[in-house]
This record gives sequence, C-alpha cells and structure tokens, in this order.
Amino acid sequence: MTKNEIYAALADIFEDVFGRSDLTLKPSTSAKDIAGWDSIRQIDIILSVEQRFQIKLTTRDLDRLTCVGDLVRVISRLAR
Amino acid sequence: MKPQATPSLYWLTEPPAWRDRLRTLRALMAGEHDPDMAWREAVALAKAPLDFMRTLALGQAVQPHLGAHAADTVRLAILSTSTTGRLAAAIRVACLRRGLVCTLYEPDYGQWLQELNDRGSGLHRFSPTAILFATDARTAAGGLAPTAHVDEVGAARKAFVARIAGAWRMARDAFGCQLIQQTCLPLFTGVVGENEHLLAGSPANVIMQLNADVRVAASAAGVDILGVDVHAAQDGVAVWHDPALWFGAKQEISAAAAPLYGDLVARVVAARRGLSAKCLVLDLDNTIWGGVVGDDGVAGLVLGQGSASGEAYLAVQAYAKALAARGVVLAVCSKNDEAVARSAFTHHPDMVLRLDDIAAFVANWQDKATNIRAIAKALNLGLDSLVFVDDNPAERELVRRELPMVSTPELPDDPALIPRCLADAGYFETVTVTAEDRNRSSMYGANAARADLEAHATDLEAYLADLQMQLQWAPFDRINLPRIVQLINKTNQFNLTTRRMSEAEVAGLIEAPDVVALQFRLKDRFGDNGIVAVVIARAIAQGAAVPSYQIDTWLMSCRVLGRGVEAATLNVLAAQALARGARRLVGVYRRTERNGIVADHYAKLGFELGDLPASAEDGGFIGVLELTDFVPRPTPIATDQAAKP
Repeated sequence: MTKNEIYAALADIFEDVFGRSDLTLKPSTSAKDIAGWDSIRQIDIILSVEQRFQIKLTTRDLDRLTCVGDLVRVISRLAR
Repeated sequence: MKPQATPSLYWLTEPPAWRDRLRTLRALMAGEHDPDMAWREAVALAKAPLDFMRTLALGQAVQPHLGAHAADTVRLAILSTSTTGRLAAAIRVACLRRGLVCTLYEPDYGQWLQELNDRGSGLHRFSPTAILFATDARTAAGGLAPTAHVDEVGAARKAFVARIAGAWRMARDAFGCQLIQQTCLPLFTGVVGENEHLLAGSPANVIMQLNADVRVAASAAGVDILGVDVHAAQDGVAVWHDPALWFGAKQEISAAAAPLYGDLVARVVAARRGLSAKCLVLDLDNTIWGGVVGDDGVAGLVLGQGSASGEAYLAVQAYAKALAARGVVLAVCSKNDEAVARSAFTHHPDMVLRLDDIAAFVANWQDKATNIRAIAKALNLGLDSLVFVDDNPAERELVRRELPMVSTPELPDDPALIPRCLADAGYFETVTVTAEDRNRSSMYGANAARADLEAHATDLEAYLADLQMQLQWAPFDRINLPRIVQLINKTNQFNLTTRRMSEAEVAGLIEAPDVVALQFRLKDRFGDNGIVAVVIARAIAQGAAVPSYQIDTWLMSCRVLGRGVEAATLNVLAAQALARGARRLVGVYRRTERNGIVADHYAKLGFELGDLPASAEDGGFIGVLELTDFVPRPTPIATDQAAKP
C-alpha cells in the first residue's frame, strides 16, 4: 500500500471522526493542530484505522503515536 | 496477529451510495434544513449494516442536530464502571434505526454511585427515562483471591448482587424509569482449564456464577438484562473484548462489537416502549418448505426427515411456532392459489405449523406490498410491527421499497440459517413474558377477518423498471433441453394448455420447420432467474384463411409472475411468427384444476376470444391476435436474443 493511498484513507477517517472535510493531513499534523483532537478522538482514529486497514495495533504501537506521520509508519508496517 | 471476524448486522441491507448520502446529510443538517427530511434520511442511513467506522460517522453527523426533532426521545444514562464513550454513537445510531432520538448522559466512569446519591448531581438534572448499569468484569470479580474458600466466594457474590440491587432501588425511587443491567463479559483466562469450577474464586468461575445470580435478582426486581455474555459466547470473547483497548482506554467492549452492542441496547429500550415487532409474515414456497406447492404438489415438497434441507425447513417452522407460543403473531403472504397453499398445511404429514397457528393467511397473485398492507389491517397492527420473511430477493426489494417501515431482513440462502438470522436481528425482543403473551397469537387469529384486499396502492411500475429486467430468448437447443422438458412436464399453474411432452418430442422441435419453439431466460439486478418461460407455436396447416400460428404451449414459472414477462414474451413470439410469414396468432386455453390463474391471459394481452372447436374439452377457448397491425406491448423488460450456445 502506497503512502498516498494511506493518506487518502486517513482523510476519510478524519472527516468522519471530526465531521469536517477541510482538514489537510501532513506527517507533522498532531493533536495540537486540530481542534477537538483529545484522547477520546484519538481512540476513534485508532479504532477506525484498525478496521479500515484490517490491522491490530499493539499496546507498544499505541504508546509511540505522536503525529500523523507515526500513524502512517505503523500502518505501512502492518498493512499489506 | 490477524484481527478476528467481526460481529455484523448482517440482516440489514446496504442502500446504494451510503457515503455520498452521509455527506449530503451533513450538509443538510448544517444548513437551513427541513427537519423531517433530514430525519427520514438519517433513519434510512441508520438501517444499513454499519460497521464501527460508519456508525461513528453517522453518530457524529446527527448528534448535534436531532435533539429538536419531535420524534420519541429516550434519555439514557449509562452508569458504568469503565469507559463507554466510544459506544455512544452506536447506541444513538441504533435508536435512530428504530425511529427513536437518544440523548445520552455518561458521568465519569466509577462516579455513578455518587451521582445516584447526590440529588444535585448531573444525573438528577438529566432526569433519565432509562438507565443502563454497565458493570465491567474486572470490577465485578475484584477483591477475591482465586484460592478463596467456596463460602467466602458465596458471601462475596451475595454482597455484589446486594450492592447492585441497592443501586437499582435508588434509581427506581428517584426516577421510576426503565432499568437495564448489563451482564459481565466472560473475559478472564482460566487458570485451571476445563474444570475451572473447582477453583471457586477463579475470576472466570466467579463471572459465570455472578451472571446467573444477576439474572435471578433482575427478574425479581423488574430490571431488564442486557446479556452481552451470551453474545460473546456466540461470537467469541476475542471479538467482544480487545485487551489493547482495555489497557489503553479502559473500554471493555471492543470497537468491532460496538455496532451490535448499540443495537442490543436499543432493542431492549425499544422493547420496554412496546416498539418491538409483533407479527412474523412468512412466505411459503422455498421459505417454510422446499419447492413450489403449485407445481410440485403437496407430495413433492421438500419438508421433513430424510433430507438435510427438509429438516432445515422443519427447523424454520419450529422456530416460528416457538415464537408464536410466546406471543408473536404469525401470518402467511404467498403468491399461490389459496386452496393449494392451504392444502399443504392440512395434508402434508410433516408440517409443524398448522392453519390455526396462522392469524392471517393471504395467498393470491397480487403484489406482496398490497397483501402485507391488508394483513396489517386485518390484524389491526401497525406496518412497523411486521417482519416479512421471503427467500426471493425481488419480493424483499419490492416490500422494502413500498413499505420501508416493515422489517424485511436479508435472508441467508441456506434455510438452515434462517432461525439464527431472525434471532440475531432481535426483531421480537421482549422484556416481559406474561400468560397473556402465551395466548396472544390465538386471540389475533380469532379476531382477524380474512384479509380484505385493497386496490393497488403500490407503485409497481417504478419497482419493475428498477429491477432492470432483461429477457433473453432463444430457439430450443440441446444444452437447455433438460430444463425445457422439466418445465413442460412440471408446470401446472401458469400453463395455458398443460400439454406434457417426452424429451424426444421436444428434441424433435429443435430446428423444426413451421414451428416457433422458444425458451426465455430472465435476468434482473439480483441475478439470473434461469429459464422461466417456454412457448411453442405451430403453423396451422392448409385451410386457414390467413397464414396462422397456433400457440400449443405457453408456460411460465410462477416465481416471476407479476413482472410483465408475459407481454415481453408475446412481443418476441409475434416478431418470430411474423418473420415466418404468419399474419395471425391463435392462442389456446385448456382449463385444468390448477391453471385458473391464466384464464384471462389472452384477454389481457389483447387477443379476441372465441370458442374452441367442438371436439375440445369443456371450459377451454381460443384467442386470436391479428399480426398485421400488431404493436409491441409496453413492457419494463428489455429483450434480446441469446448467443448460440
């Protein structure tokens, strides 16, 4: 799966989680950049990612996520 | 590790372009919107088989906007010992699916006793109409050493039940509302093994026993149960509980199970409000028995011991009977001759369902939406309390389209899976079982007049156009010979002359001069119905005033009745006869005990009726159609010639 495909899928997920279609995702995008991105939204994002890509993040993966770039790296490692 | 299979809402149907419609709904809700239109669209989108992501997206889209809608509102408080925040969307969407607006109140987890106690708390200000007590397994089993003595474990169980029963009392005194107690997920790993019960204090063992204790106490206190333990046993604990989600966010129910969890909550809430379905409307052929009674006869039905599918149909009937025994009303809606359909009930030795189990029995050739309206009227039930079960996807589609308030589940192909599907869908959820329930079915039966059918209110034309039907015709050929011979010798109802023929006779018609012998295959957007009609017309020998073809055989499978196949068939036949120089078609109707439904076939297609020659049997007649000024009949079906095999 290419980086572009992952970003496209993430755009849909962020649209659903935040109910906004005007978000632009960059590797450096993090919770401080999007209003309402709290720990609960963080879980929504992770659960949606797991379902969309049919992957399962480990507790170790969860602890290392700080920005969209981290998420994309985990997805490219786990998804085929 | 591969993720586990997800419990799904597989009985629901996927509407086209769901995601686009969600975007439209968001825009509709954000702008100056017509609240009724937005509401209807939100309900329609909630009726899709939503997974976690789509549930979340729809829940987010509707949350800020539905509060103002006048629909029935549930004020649900979730008093939980762990995080439930991610389940809110699923509950909200599942309520929407049932036409309910759900407002949720979720105090910080672990705060619920304080909230109950404190008259000035958010909970008291919220003033719930339903309270869900969600106790997680770790809290419930906490404090006991696995090696605790059996008496100590017994005392702890009693104390736990006394604590939650105390909370129920407080809630009841304060709010007088519906109380729902969630059972504990059996999520503990055993430390003994198969004989875990030997270790009284093992958490796995304690949870199993607590769930039994809680059911007894809830029943005594009039508290409704949300039995997630049973669903986890069915689907697998691993799909209901995700340890990473627990450790990361203290949410006990996995995301994968959230849509189903929300639906379970909503169905218990709806049941307490009397919104569960009350009547199961059953199709007959290939739904409660195998085969078509009109064609195969009562003796030819697949039902009963001796074949796997015969036993599966028995199980369908037994499940319907069990539902009826506890108060669900049964009705029949079948495209059949009524006397023939009833004779299966009275004459087939293996029938589990009897005529007196059926409160409304409708068997005729009208469209099913019209018949279902009549059933609801005869039983004096709302259409939204009907569940319609039919093996035929085209019939299901018609009913969904015309009567979206009727629950029409997607049915598994295998009859063996039908009872499970009905149970999983939870249509008939009930929170009380009374002596009256056990008699209700017969009460309805006594009251219901025979369904009195109203004139069509159904938009059949739009439905038929939407089926995107295509009729492929071809002259008889070797490859399809067995199916053609079978139809000729088996079809009883839609059969104008009921002339049986041997395989050799039929084979003789392949490429015979002066014979138009056609087979018709019907496809629609649900798939290929196979060869559904056969027509044989022969040139009338010398003596006819104008060159004429006589239709010796015209038959059709009743499965496709009411779709306009007859007109499309005539158009093909007329073109073929014209191409051979015919200027007139002569149709023959020979009456039998079974073919009353086609008595007006030729009249409907514009033939001039006349008497059969004196030599023919009683009750028959002919119809004449002049081809010189023939205009193809209007039909929603596209026709084309099949490629040569």
